[in-house]
Amino acid sequence: MSKQVKQLDRVIIRFAGDSGDGMQLTGDRFTQESAVFGNDLVTLPNFPAEIRAPQGTLPGVSSFQVHFADHDILTAGDAPDVLVAMNPAALKANLGDLPKGATIIVDTHDFTARNLTKAGYDANPLDLLGDANDPLGEFQVQPVDLTGMTVEAVKEFGLSRKDAARAKNMFALGLLSWMYGRPTDPTVTFLEKRFAKVADIRDANITAFKAGWNFGETTEMFVVQYEIKPARMAPGTYRNITGNLALSYGLIAGGVQSGLPVFLGSYPITPASDILHELSKHKAFGVTTLQAEDEIAGIGAAIGASFAGSLGVTTTSGPGIALKSEAIGLAVMTELPLIVVDVQRGGPSTGLPTKTEQADLLQAMFGRNGEAPVPIVAPQSPGDCFDAALEACRIAVTYRTPVMLLSDGYLANGSEPWRIPEIVDLPTIDPNFATERNKTVVAKDGTETEEYWPYLRDEETLARPWAIPGTAGLEHRIGGIEKADGTGNISYDPANHDFMVRTRQAKVDRIAESLPPLEVDDPSGEAKVLVIGWGSTYGPIGAGVRRVRKAGFNVAQVHLRHLNPFPKDLGDILKRYDKVLCPEMNLGQLSLLLRGKYLVDAIGYNQVNGMPIKAAALAEAIGGLVADAEGVTVDLTATPQEAAQ
Amino acid sequence: MTTSTELPFPGLRSGVELVPTNDQPQTGKEYTSDQEVRWCPGCGDYAVLKAVQGFLPELGLRRENIVFVSGIGCSSRFPYYLDTYGMHSIHGRAPSIATGIATAREDLSVWVVTGDGDALSIGGNHLIHALRRNVNMTILLFNNRIYGLTKGQYSPTSEAGKITKSTPMGSLDHPFNPVSLALGAEGSFVARTIDSDRKHLTSVLSAAAAHRGTSFVEIYQNCPIFNDGAFDAIKDNDTKADAIIPLVHGEPILFGNGSKGLVRDTESGGVKIVSVADVGADAILVHDAHNQDPTTAFAISRLTDSGYLNQSPIGIFRQVERPTYDDGARAQVASAREATPGEPSDRLAALIGGGDTWTIV
Repeated sequence: MSKQVKQLDRVIIRFAGDSGDGMQLTGDRFTQESAVFGNDLVTLPNFPAEIRAPQGTLPGVSSFQVHFADHDILTAGDAPDVLVAMNPAALKANLGDLPKGATIIVDTHDFTARNLTKAGYDANPLDLLGDANDPLGEFQVQPVDLTGMTVEAVKEFGLSRKDAARAKNMFALGLLSWMYGRPTDPTVTFLEKRFAKVADIRDANITAFKAGWNFGETTEMFVVQYEIKPARMAPGTYRNITGNLALSYGLIAGGVQSGLPVFLGSYPITPASDILHELSKHKAFGVTTLQAEDEIAGIGAAIGASFAGSLGVTTTSGPGIALKSEAIGLAVMTELPLIVVDVQRGGPSTGLPTKTEQADLLQAMFGRNGEAPVPIVAPQSPGDCFDAALEACRIAVTYRTPVMLLSDGYLANGSEPWRIPEIVDLPTIDPNFATERNKTVVAKDGTETEEYWPYLRDEETLARPWAIPGTAGLEHRIGGIEKADGTGNISYDPANHDFMVRTRQAKVDRIAESLPPLEVDDPSGEAKVLVIGWGSTYGPIGAGVRRVRKAGFNVAQVHLRHLNPFPKDLGDILKRYDKVLCPEMNLGQLSLLLRGKYLVDAIGYNQVNGMPIKAAALAEAIGGLVADAEGVTVDLTATPQEAAQ
Repeated sequence: MTTSTELPFPGLRSGVELVPTNDQPQTGKEYTSDQEVRWCPGCGDYAVLKAVQGFLPELGLRRENIVFVSGIGCSSRFPYYLDTYGMHSIHGRAPSIATGIATAREDLSVWVVTGDGDALSIGGNHLIHALRRNVNMTILLFNNRIYGLTKGQYSPTSEAGKITKSTPMGSLDHPFNPVSLALGAEGSFVARTIDSDRKHLTSVLSAAAAHRGTSFVEIYQNCPIFNDGAFDAIKDNDTKADAIIPLVHGEPILFGNGSKGLVRDTESGGVKIVSVADVGADAILVHDAHNQDPTTAFAISRLTDSGYLNQSPIGIFRQVERPTYDDGARAQVASAREATPGEPSDRLAALIGGGDTWTIV
């Protein structure tokens, strides 16, 4: 029979199964296929902290959501159009997120009495399809024996039944690849490489993948194939990239652009470990990675390496920052370049290791003893982690200071197409090592001697000189004790301490002089409401703002890369608007800073559930504020929501 | 890819082999900074500082290639008084900072100055891991068996039952024996010396600096304010012959003016003290610091009194060759670099432009 081809402008698919079902790999492959095809896309992996949670249970469900479109999109999507559920638990855990009319493809094979009980089903919902009391009546359900067909397809390879069944994720990928006209070559090539050493597993996976495709092509169950045209994107060469990979590349670029060897001292922690893994592969760039005995040793070694003339880096998540706080203070006091990467996760304490959150902003800002200002930089999307990391390197080296780079779990594991920058367009960073004595000291008898003063500052940046061991004549001692202005010798003098505290703050404030003006997105110039955010909420805020604009209302958006110091024009921008809304995945940390610094009534929109903010709900909140500010009635449902994504 | 086990290790080279040397004669004065030394009068730290200032010129290294790192405590002020590069860091973390310095730069002679509280309490983790990794540095642990800078609480080397400000009814903590701990962490160079014995101190420091890997030197150091007299038995001319068990590689372990010595104790598997007259001189254990197996060195270290110090082995317990972490880390970087020719910017372009890409015109 001939198949219909239906045009769509965007689709959200969620693959869900047991932790061991290979859903992350399946989603990742589908993403790569879509990226190569030329769609814009955003992904949202979501998995439990347990490596292999009990099979078939709700806590063990792992999922991967991919949103792809023929136009530029900003989020992984609020609600999936298609759910692929590999077992009853995956169905149950994800059902609540589906909109009416969504398609559900289920692997019937795993809907056994035992699995149904584990997932908390009294009766098999698949037995009730079409009944008056069909619990899935609102959806288009496609029951397919994915496992059974996979085992049948790969039987020629003589695998055990268990190994054969494990290829079911590739069968599902093949089927979905057919449905959405994805290119298949990249996945075949990928499988050939991945399982190069185990021929039977390789062949079984490739065969299952092709069988899934062919099943779509031939079965009468699926009559429609969908087409989502490539998105119009700016010219350039693209690749799909996760935040952790882009951040790793940004750090390597920081080393290349400054000519400094990168030294990473790190202790494994979710969701930051992949940066350690990635950097450890790139020793050819002069990158040294030390897996330390703990978080404190990780930053200690990085500080030592910085003192010795490397670009010291330490990577961690929130709990690790708590442990590193004292050492960050040492780097503030010794004024050494250092990059501190915090891939934020749900807290406090161990919190939600695999879920995202933005609740370390105040820790980054204030989480140290004494007045210890630390510049803060935050990326806004997975690809942007590259630029943000490079910017953190620039600030750290130029101003001789630790810099906090605040990524989060959503950015770290999520991915998007990234336009690969040209190396010539990257900023260069000058370490500007001290090589000469910098102070002429005149004794009482008039004799002059040249000395090296480690705390004699650059007038423009207020940065101190960086003299590294091995430089003759510049021997000096630094440390955590307060030092005298200029000489750096120990000083307990009250006036000197007051001066040094203010100077360290002034140096960080001075960074604002090097920042470009903020880009305020206010197309009409008539908006009365400004939405301000930082970090990974960029996507959801942008999507929410678009929805409001589509409905015919004005709203402005500004997004902060620099959280400390704030850009110089931020205060004026905030004052231009009647209402300021500040969406964050915390209880109002940026709001607090904005209120404190600018006396502006920043209104919080706060969600702390471990997941990205949903654009639709945020749009409602923005709409409410617009209604308030402009004295109008705002009805966002009047417009097609889909187009506003 | 070449794995770490396939890389050549510069096994037998000296701890300072890659550090640039100075062909001009140096003096202790050159190593003395302009900062006023601020320890209590009579503090053992003065003697160690003098010994180090006197000894560093003998190393013949360029002064700018020497780095002293310390943590927190009285002894940790040490770097301020030496005119080398130095960092007075935070409590307990000096070994981690020194690890970064030593790994980042092969051309530096790296020294850690720490105390019994700094190294064994708050910094215990970093100490054992530095020893385990065998990073090329020398750790000087000033052991006065008390907290000085915080004014007189018991330390992890204080004897059990010690009455201090924080333990008015006596401390309940069992003390660490720093040498046993270092040997347990498989330190490749483990020694003990005394602040007041300049000659012995200097000889141990020379050997420690020459050793490639982590050299651990425990220095008994008297605190005249909070724990005065803790080492009287090994310092007093009347008692020291019986209190000090001197360890010299290749020599029989004898003390008490030759009347006492060590033999293996077949019952316990350790070593024990015997009268030489009873067993004969030939039966006495000959000290072998180069034994790869640390068992005997550990057994000897257990002869240290954990209460009031009446008896302690002094000298180099262990000195063995083992690959160092920093040499290995640099060898991996060098081998990766060699295998990947090209300008860094070209390689960066290739790296970020790798993977599945597509082009939009």
